[in-house]
Amino acid sequence: MSAKVNAALPLEYQTEQNRMNILGFWVFLGAEIVLFATLFGVYGVLGERYAGGPTQKDIFIVKDVMIQTFLLLTSSFTMGISIFEMRRSNIKGMLMWLVFTLLLGGGFLFMEIREFMHYVHEGATMQTSAFLSSFFVLLGTHGLHVTIGIGWAILLIVQIVQRGLTPVTARKAFIFGLYWHFLDVVWIFIFTFVYLQGLVM
Amino acid sequence: MGIKWDEFFVTGDPLIFASQIGIALTLVGALAGLTYFKKWNYLWSEWFTTVDHKKIGIMYILVGVVMFLRGGIDGLMMKGQTAVPENDFLNAQHYNEVFTTHGVIMILFVAMPLLIGLMNFVIPLQIGARDVAFPQLNALSFWLTVSGAALFNISFIIGGSPDAGWTSYFPLAGKEFSPGIGNNFYAVALQIAGAGTLMTGINFVVTVLKMRTKGMTLMKMPMFTWTSFITSIIIVASFPIFTVALALMTFDRTFGTHFFTISGGGMDMLWANLFWLWGHPEVYIVVLPAFGMLSDIISTFARKTLYGYKSMVISIVMISVLSMLVWVHHFFTMGNSAGVNSFFSITTMAIAIPTGVKVFNWLFTMRKGRIKFTTAMLWALAFVPNFVIGGVTGVMLAMAAADYQYHNTLFLVAHFHYVLIPGVVFPIFAGLYFWWPKMFGYMLNEKIGKWHFWLFVVGFNVTFMPMFFLGLDGAVRRAYTYSAETGFGPLMMISAVGSVILAAGFAALVYNIYWSARNADRNIGNDPWDARTLEWATATPVQHYNFASLPEVTKLDAFWHMKKNNQLQPLSEDEIEEIHLPSNTWIPIYMGVVFGISGFLLVFEWTIAAGVAAIGILAGLAFRSFDYDEGFHVHKDEIFETESKWRKGANKGVKNHVS
Repeated sequence: MSAKVNAALPLEYQTEQNRMNILGFWVFLGAEIVLFATLFGVYGVLGERYAGGPTQKDIFIVKDVMIQTFLLLTSSFTMGISIFEMRRSNIKGMLMWLVFTLLLGGGFLFMEIREFMHYVHEGATMQTSAFLSSFFVLLGTHGLHVTIGIGWAILLIVQIVQRGLTPVTARKAFIFGLYWHFLDVVWIFIFTFVYLQGLVM
Repeated sequence: MGIKWDEFFVTGDPLIFASQIGIALTLVGALAGLTYFKKWNYLWSEWFTTVDHKKIGIMYILVGVVMFLRGGIDGLMMKGQTAVPENDFLNAQHYNEVFTTHGVIMILFVAMPLLIGLMNFVIPLQIGARDVAFPQLNALSFWLTVSGAALFNISFIIGGSPDAGWTSYFPLAGKEFSPGIGNNFYAVALQIAGAGTLMTGINFVVTVLKMRTKGMTLMKMPMFTWTSFITSIIIVASFPIFTVALALMTFDRTFGTHFFTISGGGMDMLWANLFWLWGHPEVYIVVLPAFGMLSDIISTFARKTLYGYKSMVISIVMISVLSMLVWVHHFFTMGNSAGVNSFFSITTMAIAIPTGVKVFNWLFTMRKGRIKFTTAMLWALAFVPNFVIGGVTGVMLAMAAADYQYHNTLFLVAHFHYVLIPGVVFPIFAGLYFWWPKMFGYMLNEKIGKWHFWLFVVGFNVTFMPMFFLGLDGAVRRAYTYSAETGFGPLMMISAVGSVILAAGFAALVYNIYWSARNADRNIGNDPWDARTLEWATATPVQHYNFASLPEVTKLDAFWHMKKNNQLQPLSEDEIEEIHLPSNTWIPIYMGVVFGISGFLLVFEWTIAAGVAAIGILAGLAFRSFDYDEGFHVHKDEIFETESKWRKGANKGVKNHVS
């Protein structure tokens, strides 16, 4: 609340309100971890209940999943560079890497939607079995987060272009970075416990 | 498209028809009254768009009290129905709906708003802050709660109420056995309100961690702040589970997935587990802040520092950890192995240890204290024995083998009412009497308060004590009627009479609010109870910026020590600085409205329309993102004027109403 600025800290940590916002977002990520943990738990319980429908091995396509993983993990890396450039006060570099991040995120989404459409085409829908219900909702929740993230980052880019780097825009970008890395971590768990485990089962 | 237009309004029941007319008339009356007295502007700018934690707290309390009326009428209807054998006042379906809405409303729309309301009002003041960490988010939490409550409440006139119990177990709550849209109201309304609660949790974690005034270390925080902090952590850790469970319920009911349905490989027990993984911590979410309020109230009126402060803190932390490890005790009889049941029996009984520590600490706080028997203190005193009855019967229920006898009987119903009413409702009443002067600048009348107290406590015991014995005799819960041969009649009648006394007690509170608002003395000063914590160090009612200069704390019970050592800061003109505060905003109430509309459409399974309405939600988020309002500054002159006014009054002519 106080407008006191501590110039010794990175831009996004300079005001008290900014520090609170960042801590608040960490707490929010804690809640998100519980949310995804619950979805993973549900998948763990229902993941082998096929009700006569297809199994993981029947539908998963290794190549496409590898491409998705590659796109999303790379986007996390470019996100990191974007924040690095922000710390160097290089707006141009920051925006460029942020746009790369979004393009990679968009590519991931495209691949994921294509994957879902392929499954539905093969008759593996959300309504087919408990396995597919929990699969689609877990993956869909992650995909929805990515979608929201892309929309959010576009608003962010507009604001950075309008206002330049201020403690407020820097904080917003930093928080978006936390969010984006978090989605990456969730994907690593999805990749491991849904795809890899499903293929070796 | 789940519903036909001719089923839109609930028809065919004279009781509901009467309430439909009643609601319509009340709405028209309220709108006309607001227009006639030209209060729209006042309401909008002072309340609907406010981000002031004190006003938001008061609005939460208002919602809680109104919902208490609704939930209470549900309770009275059940008691009326079961007062005599073979009664036909309510039919089975109507009875199912009434006990479902009673449970949901009392827990989620009475206990939660009242506690969060008091937290909102008191916590920033107790820690010497000017607001919560995220004032706008706080307003959003409130309006989402209102949105959820409104959506849930219209279910009984539009579309039909949920009827599968507040636990809404599958398969009963699934589409197969509950084909109407009633249970959609449950899934969607609680989802919206739950999102608001989660944000409150995040807000208060950060507020307590980051906004404490200078010198207030964690171990110098008042106990209500401590318990609210721990409660907020439990909220963050458990509400997302409920979010997922409700979302999966919506998917099962609306989109035909197979999470909890038996067909398609789903698992009904998964719902029971997810529900109680949230539901049991929820019990502690409501009871811990109540414990904290009692601690502050007891030490104020016993005029002693809280006994065993450190052990209190350790106890609440232990309770919060254990709260996550006991959920299976809600379904000991539903097919777990003996080993699993034993584990959860032991964790459940273990909760009695920290809780027992707390009870003894309260008793030792009162020992050798010079107790003032104010209404607030009476509630705290009545809490102890009544809550112990609830706790001891809880340990009885915790024994899995014995639970096979008690399960699904009125014994259980009596037990949790003995926990939740003395453990949550009594402390809320105590808190209302205690902090009312801080909120409004006048006290609730002590004499009417004693009527309220005695009627309520006696009525409560007469209502629920017989239910222990009915339960042991084999009376099952949620049964809308019973035959005369069971012999339940007399005790059921006593219980029904008790509920009328209970209701009279609540009526006394409502009358007290009305009477005191009109007649109570306004000249009471800032510290009418001779209290101990920082909220009493500032004006009554509190000025919008809370503190002219933030207080500095050296000890627990900071304000008490300031008074004793004559360290109350006098007002000096050069110490005053401009105060920065956030501006009002329309976005939270707008979000409440669009969430409500979108949720309503989703309840009726008009999914495309709901999706279109959800664009309004995204638009609200975008507006918020582009909102760079910097807030405003309160000028020195204004602060000086406000401060000298109440400080002058504090020295002369103020009546101490208590001693």
